[in-house]
Amino acid sequence: MTPQEIFDALKSQFGDVIIDLTENVDTWIRVKPGSIADVCVFLHDDEAMKFESLMCLSGVDYEEHLSVVYHLSSSSHRHRITLKVEVPRDDPHVPTVEHLWLVANWHEREAYDMFGIVFDGHSDLRRILCPDDWEGHPLRKDYQVQEFYRGIKVEV
Amino acid sequence: MRIEGQFNDNVIVTSLDYFINWARLSALWPMTFGLACCAIEMMATGASRYDWDRFGMIPRASPRQSDLMIVAGTVTLKMASRVKKLYDQMAEPRYVIAMGCCATSGGPYWQHGYHVLKGVDRVIPVDVYVPGCPPRPESLLEGVMNLQEKIRHQTIAKVG
Amino acid sequence: MADTDTQQVDRPEGAIPDANVTVDRPGYPDEVALEGDDNIESELMTLNMGPQHPSTHGVLRLELKTDGEIIEHVRPHIGYLHRCFEKHAESLSYPQVIPFTDRMDYLAAMNNNLAYCLAVERLLEIEIPERVEYVRVIICELNRLASHLVSFGTYGMDIGAFTPFLFAFREREDIFDLFEMTCGARMLYNYIWVGGVSHDFPPGFVEKCTAFLDKFEGKINDYNNLLSYNKIFIERTANIGVLPVDKAYSYNLTGPNLRGSGVKWDLRRDDPYSIYDRFEFDIPVGSGEMGQLGDCWDRYMVRIREMGESVRIIRQALEQMPDGDVHKAVPRNVRPPKDAECYTRSETPRGEMGIYVISDGSNVPYRVKVKSPCFTAISAMNFLTRGHYVADIIAVIGSIDIVLGEVDR
Repeated sequence: MTPQEIFDALKSQFGDVIIDLTENVDTWIRVKPGSIADVCVFLHDDEAMKFESLMCLSGVDYEEHLSVVYHLSSSSHRHRITLKVEVPRDDPHVPTVEHLWLVANWHEREAYDMFGIVFDGHSDLRRILCPDDWEGHPLRKDYQVQEFYRGIKVEV
Repeated sequence: MRIEGQFNDNVIVTSLDYFINWARLSALWPMTFGLACCAIEMMATGASRYDWDRFGMIPRASPRQSDLMIVAGTVTLKMASRVKKLYDQMAEPRYVIAMGCCATSGGPYWQHGYHVLKGVDRVIPVDVYVPGCPPRPESLLEGVMNLQEKIRHQTIAKVG
Repeated sequence: MADTDTQQVDRPEGAIPDANVTVDRPGYPDEVALEGDDNIESELMTLNMGPQHPSTHGVLRLELKTDGEIIEHVRPHIGYLHRCFEKHAESLSYPQVIPFTDRMDYLAAMNNNLAYCLAVERLLEIEIPERVEYVRVIICELNRLASHLVSFGTYGMDIGAFTPFLFAFREREDIFDLFEMTCGARMLYNYIWVGGVSHDFPPGFVEKCTAFLDKFEGKINDYNNLLSYNKIFIERTANIGVLPVDKAYSYNLTGPNLRGSGVKWDLRRDDPYSIYDRFEFDIPVGSGEMGQLGDCWDRYMVRIREMGESVRIIRQALEQMPDGDVHKAVPRNVRPPKDAECYTRSETPRGEMGIYVISDGSNVPYRVKVKSPCFTAISAMNFLTRGHYVADIIAVIGSIDIVLGEVDR
């Protein structure tokens, strides 16, 4: 299916929750953050969609808001789609999708570590790359690195 | 039994320092402690073409059996305390080679690498620095030879 | 936890003898109960493995919960090599990011260069000269050989055979000679540029490369005799770490790990990038020859067979390679259009590497995210090892062929 067809199918299924479709080098669909899990369930289970793998889940800091980007692919139907949700910077919450794709567990932990995005319902939301007692979320655009970590000077 | 004329073949006169240093430098047992890219070059140094067994170097898996730690690769802040702990577990006398720019100074990560330790000498003392990203096996062997030279001039006497 | 408590522990038939203990532990549904009076109460033991361990292929730390020798739960801890690639990518210009991609998967640096450059080239929409495409394919496949050789050699070493390691590194040095001849570096090259490559092949490369391939083809058989069909090796790897296809998709395991489970899926053929659609090659898949489909041996064997296919690709590419200027399409200024973004995937030796680049119109990427195939492979660690012995963890780690530089980035 082309992204446009997937968009139309989602629009008829979910209505207003699906915001818009942007054509670019890749085409992406914007979804309201509260419903992303439901949309993913549909994309995962529906016979015509059957997105059996989550290729990538990334956080992005757009300065006015944070985003979570889902890259899905289906090897049985050979189509791909990109979903985006936008969440406010000060209180970012997104429902988890780890029950659909097991790999999402770690991807969401990484997004939490790097951007501080909280995935509601996640079973084990801890930092993954940085140590547990690290301060701040490094990939936010306004990140200031801490001066000392456990007595070791961080910066040059 | 007469002992005249038998000394030349059977008795070696040397200083204790020389003897101990010779023993130490001829059997440097490094710990197999790979961190990053440099670890692969360290493996290549130990493998077929470069073969560091020639220097009496036999990699040991445990810090307690080894007297040389080759810090091969980037030390991150999460890893730093572990490196220190491993160093503390090694028996004296122990030596450290900082292999590659990352272990020396943070290397390519010195500016934006918020999670990279800017040189392993911030946590443990280093004897020989080997530059390169990653250093060629020849460079590492040169570093080992420099370390041997350094050991050769040590003394067991109390200095100062 | 989604990936731990809700699933049954799959113990392959015959691989694990029944545990002679009964434990009263709710939440572990598949306990083997022994009838009779000799029930022994036992507790789970926590065992720490790594970050310094000779067989974890880097600085991976595993927290094991074991019941005697049998693993109940594995919790991998990563991040000991987190070198902030994504932060660097946001701070440096597009071409300056390439050296950092080298250092992610340092065993297959060329393939990483290519993955990143493909993404940037898609944003810029530039046409790549024919010769550059061929040079890239040859160099990437050579690096795939080098990477699989390390995987083969270290896997043997992990299992207890030292000789394969020496054999593998002998051939790897020959490949490095070719790379050194081409671009001067042994391991980390910064060779593939946006729109081109840094140097053309030097005179004599084709002859030397052909001579190497002739020599190398015979060696693959040596490897099989030495390790693949060795009785001890088969005992250690067959029926261990079985990965069913649905779990492979769910964990998004790709590359040789997915093919080991019998799925004929290779991006070089199924979603061709560069010029891979011009070459003839097979996609080796696991078939459960030595045990169950998708066990460690299958995954291992896919890599060995892939080496032969890479040799085939290189031979065809060397034959067809046209002349041309490798710097013709290198842009003077890399500035993708504003708000353009793309996710590009390519087949590295470890699987599908995805690069997600967002541009803001300047010469510095706004965001670069790397989906690493090893990252997803380690996340399946718990699933793959539960129910096995502690020593089998080493077999599983070696068979999924991880590089921690890429996991932590």
